[in-house]
Amino acid sequence: MNAVAVDGVWKFYGDYPALRDVKLEAAAGTCLALIGRNGAGKTTLLRILGGFSRPGRGSVRICGAAPRDTATRRRIGFIGHGISVYDELSAIENLTLFARLYGLREPRKAATEWLERTGLDRVAGGLVREFSRGMRQRLAVARAFLHDPSVLLLDEPFTALDDRAIAVLQRLLREGLAEGKTIVMSTHQLREALELATDVALLNRGKVAFSGPRTPEMVADPGFLYARYGEG
Amino acid sequence: MDFFRQVMVIAAKDLRAELRTKEAINGSLAFALVILLLFAFAFDPTGDTTREISGGLLWIVFAFAGTLILNRSFARELPNDCLDALIAAPISGAALFLGKAIANYCLLLAVELVSLPVFGIFYNVRWTQRFPELMLVLLLGTWALTVLGTMTSALTVNIRLREVMLPLLTYPILVPALMGAMRLTMELIAGTPINSENVMWLKMLIGFDVIYTAVSLVLVETILVG
Repeated sequence: MNAVAVDGVWKFYGDYPALRDVKLEAAAGTCLALIGRNGAGKTTLLRILGGFSRPGRGSVRICGAAPRDTATRRRIGFIGHGISVYDELSAIENLTLFARLYGLREPRKAATEWLERTGLDRVAGGLVREFSRGMRQRLAVARAFLHDPSVLLLDEPFTALDDRAIAVLQRLLREGLAEGKTIVMSTHQLREALELATDVALLNRGKVAFSGPRTPEMVADPGFLYARYGEG
Repeated sequence: MDFFRQVMVIAAKDLRAELRTKEAINGSLAFALVILLLFAFAFDPTGDTTREISGGLLWIVFAFAGTLILNRSFARELPNDCLDALIAAPISGAALFLGKAIANYCLLLAVELVSLPVFGIFYNVRWTQRFPELMLVLLLGTWALTVLGTMTSALTVNIRLREVMLPLLTYPILVPALMGAMRLTMELIAGTPINSENVMWLKMLIGFDVIYTAVSLVLVETILVG
């Protein structure tokens, strides 16, 4: 069974089809890099996979179930454009809050552990609004990984990250892949993404222009896919 | 059990965030007190007039001051896309809604409990004559305002003119509950107990609360996710 299966998905904003008959699959333990120009439909697809919106037509299955099922939501870790943590709360309060919402047995312990893993343990009690941008982003990474999700949906995860946050994220993603987690990430940072990806899908104006395993040519020349299938 | 734990986690989060920033409660409280003060100076009401307008005045103040709190309810989730994290979490929309409603309810009640004594002083009214019954009306009327306002806050969270749309959508639907709360408050402040003549307003308030709570709990998931 595929960890992520997208079958014939259409999404309309008014009359405009943001996604057109998208078919994609990602097996467990693989990393699918979604690439494409701005407006290609990457974020729309990720938001449907995450259960934030519903497809107009077609179906999406995460580990064989609908994305909005409660059990499925426990399996998904999501990093979107925002950091999705509260400025008015401290780092430990934020993570404890989400640990409680995900029903973890020892929320405080899990929060402390993830603050250590992302190098934020020294500022655990500090309010997020006082954090630097890099620290906020590491906290967002900790929030997404906190409940040990088996499917990670990452929307432009490397954008605007500082070097330390990129290193933390790449390490966590590698460890996740080794543990059998499935990663679907949209990105414009092709070099970082292709180093990690096992599969690549190129979206062009809402349609899948290419989908297949990552090849050495793609790593050697990140523009290869755009040149070959890009504006078609 | 899980449901109520999730509700309390959301309510505690909202209250903690609000008590740190105090952005909604300070504005709401200041607004309520200023309106009460202005009316007292503008009309210089006598004892009889005060008793006649007490229900209307208090509930208009509560309703308008309340929108300042209710507007922040879901809008608080917009910075940093926190609403996404809540929608992605394995909690039901109903738990999210109820948690937020409880936090709003506590904040609204706090504003009302400060406003009532101020009203008593400015207007020289012994508002405690029927205290337990007045508290009952206050609790029921405030829940009506809260449940409808929290729902409208969810409905308008992603639109640009949400500050305008929330009262525009909330007040017309709230009219029956406001009428009941105003009428009962006026009579209780005048010293009239709840009796066979005015108990229908109390029943209407209870009915309103039950119906709109049930409707909100059923619809909130669709409103948030579509």
